[in-house]
Amino acid sequence: MGLLASIVVISIFVEIRNPMFLTLSNLKDIGVNTAILSILAVGMMMVLLTAGIDLSLGATIAFSGMCVALTLVAHPELPIGVAILEGIVLGGLIGLILGFFISRFSILPIIASLGMMDIVRGFTYVVSRSKWVSAYQMPDDFKNFATGSFFGIPNFIFIAVVVYILFYYFINYTKVGRWIYAVGSNPSAAQISGIPKKRVIALVYTLMGALAGLAGVLWVSKFASAQGDTAEGEEMNVIAACVIGGVSTTGGRGKVSGLVLGCLLFGILDNALPLINVSPFWQKAIPGAIILIAVMANAVTRRQADLRALKSRTI
Amino acid sequence: MENKKIILEEKTWNAKSFFFQWEWMLVVLLLLVHVFNGAVSPYYFSVDTFLSTPMSFLDQAFIVFPMMLVLISGNGNIDISVASIVALSSVIMGVSYNHGVPMSASIVLCFLTATLCGFINGSILVKFPELPAMIVTLSTQILYRGVAYIILENRAVGKFPSWFEYFGWGYVGPIPFIFLMFIICAVIYGIVIHKTSFGRSVYAVGNNRTAALYSGIKTNRLTLLIFTLTGFMSGFTALFLTSRMGSTRPNIASGYEMDIIAMAVLGGVSTDGGKGRIWGPVLAIFIIGYLEYGLGLLNQSAQVVMIIIGILLISSVLIQDIHIFGKHRVLPGRK
Repeated sequence: MGLLASIVVISIFVEIRNPMFLTLSNLKDIGVNTAILSILAVGMMMVLLTAGIDLSLGATIAFSGMCVALTLVAHPELPIGVAILEGIVLGGLIGLILGFFISRFSILPIIASLGMMDIVRGFTYVVSRSKWVSAYQMPDDFKNFATGSFFGIPNFIFIAVVVYILFYYFINYTKVGRWIYAVGSNPSAAQISGIPKKRVIALVYTLMGALAGLAGVLWVSKFASAQGDTAEGEEMNVIAACVIGGVSTTGGRGKVSGLVLGCLLFGILDNALPLINVSPFWQKAIPGAIILIAVMANAVTRRQADLRALKSRTI
Repeated sequence: MENKKIILEEKTWNAKSFFFQWEWMLVVLLLLVHVFNGAVSPYYFSVDTFLSTPMSFLDQAFIVFPMMLVLISGNGNIDISVASIVALSSVIMGVSYNHGVPMSASIVLCFLTATLCGFINGSILVKFPELPAMIVTLSTQILYRGVAYIILENRAVGKFPSWFEYFGWGYVGPIPFIFLMFIICAVIYGIVIHKTSFGRSVYAVGNNRTAALYSGIKTNRLTLLIFTLTGFMSGFTALFLTSRMGSTRPNIASGYEMDIIAMAVLGGVSTDGGKGRIWGPVLAIFIIGYLEYGLGLLNQSAQVVMIIIGILLISSVLIQDIHIFGKHRVLPGRK
């Protein structure tokens, strides 16, 4: 609730400073620009729910984006659906390998994904021979996909909404989705009650990889260029959006609804700071301060809630 | 039973448990790297190369030591803001010098900034023990680098006095100054980690925080101290890096935090806490450094190095996990 309130306050404040903010076209912009982040955040939330972390997603975005771009350069006639599918499969494979290492060998997720990040990023440079794929090499259909719309809804927003509906259902209403929470909140209890813990963990990283692959295709389409250093450090933004959205990094705690708000806050900040003429250099520092304040405020309110719960228990 | 066996293994010296230690594996790896480099370049095997090559990779090594302490202290402790601390303190040093502050005072300012940044990290973690260090240092990482951008925007500052170059390029006899400083730091940290009660209490906290607290270790003060120390050591990296580059910008040292963590982990420090010895990371620093140098000779750029480091990182943890190496280091009851 605090999150929603801060979004409203920030929106009102920005709207007073610059009435351009709450126009339909600008809101559409915010949606399109937040789409990739929010798609990634769903995957990251599932990973965080199992008390894991995935630092390799920036590299996965770059790799799948680069592979798709190279495929499109070689075969410009390929339909966009195939390109997206290629990205998802490649990303999913990377995620599967990572999930395999983490679940079978009990390597800590942070280390495994750190290693994976280096490997995948290195291969991105290798497959592209350290060159960029620039806008003029890509087919027009692919570039127009980012700006196009589907029944009046921009493509990116449409995809993000579909992803959210799918995963909202998956996480909340399917058996496997509930297992993710079970594994995260108490791993040993989950194992004893017959949940295939290792498979759930492997699945979570595979889904994260697949979503990162999808995001890679969208990323390349949006910026109309694929580079070796695409999306470098994006994993930190995604983790930050999740944390603001109330997902705990120690596992078992987090909701899709919170996630939407967290990503929205991120997107609004990104959009609003230039609109109210904040210098681009201040824009680099402000997200850090906001995450810090958000998590500290969250900790304080949770402490008070715990205290109240404790008091109500005394007879 | 299990408990007894492990203690016995630690007391009696036998060849198997001595040589099947992770550090020996690293020694072999380091030798392999040298053999590889020697095969690549016929001029490789000279004292000069051995001594001067480390100049190019030792600057980040100074943070590996305190990072070891951070990782050993467990509880999910990690510091990913170090690269931003380096950038911020370097920028402050550059800007203050260009605004008329004498160079020596600027260097002091650089260390003060770095220490303050570490202190802020530590105090947030102590005041909010429920927040994971990962998240806190993630946000301060963005914040510190952002402040560096606010101060300097997209410009670079340089024009340092000529004696300032000495830190990055100077020699003491045949040994580069930075190498000498590194050895001194390694010795100091080796003694602190393995021979002092402070070092032992870091391990104790990493193995069992609650037990450590109840046995009288001031865990909060320890956390604060370790993170402040990490900040302080980032000052060294800022100093040497700035001196070697001759100028500074807000985006210097980006990505260093991952390299530093990778070096510590390759050296056998567990991010789970309570595990790791000084020799491991020291060897890992040289393995990665000389490997990069050798692949540079082959004209292989950073990408191949990245792949190799990634594979090394995963396989090193894999091999240690199979319990051939360092079995006696794992306390009973821990996985």
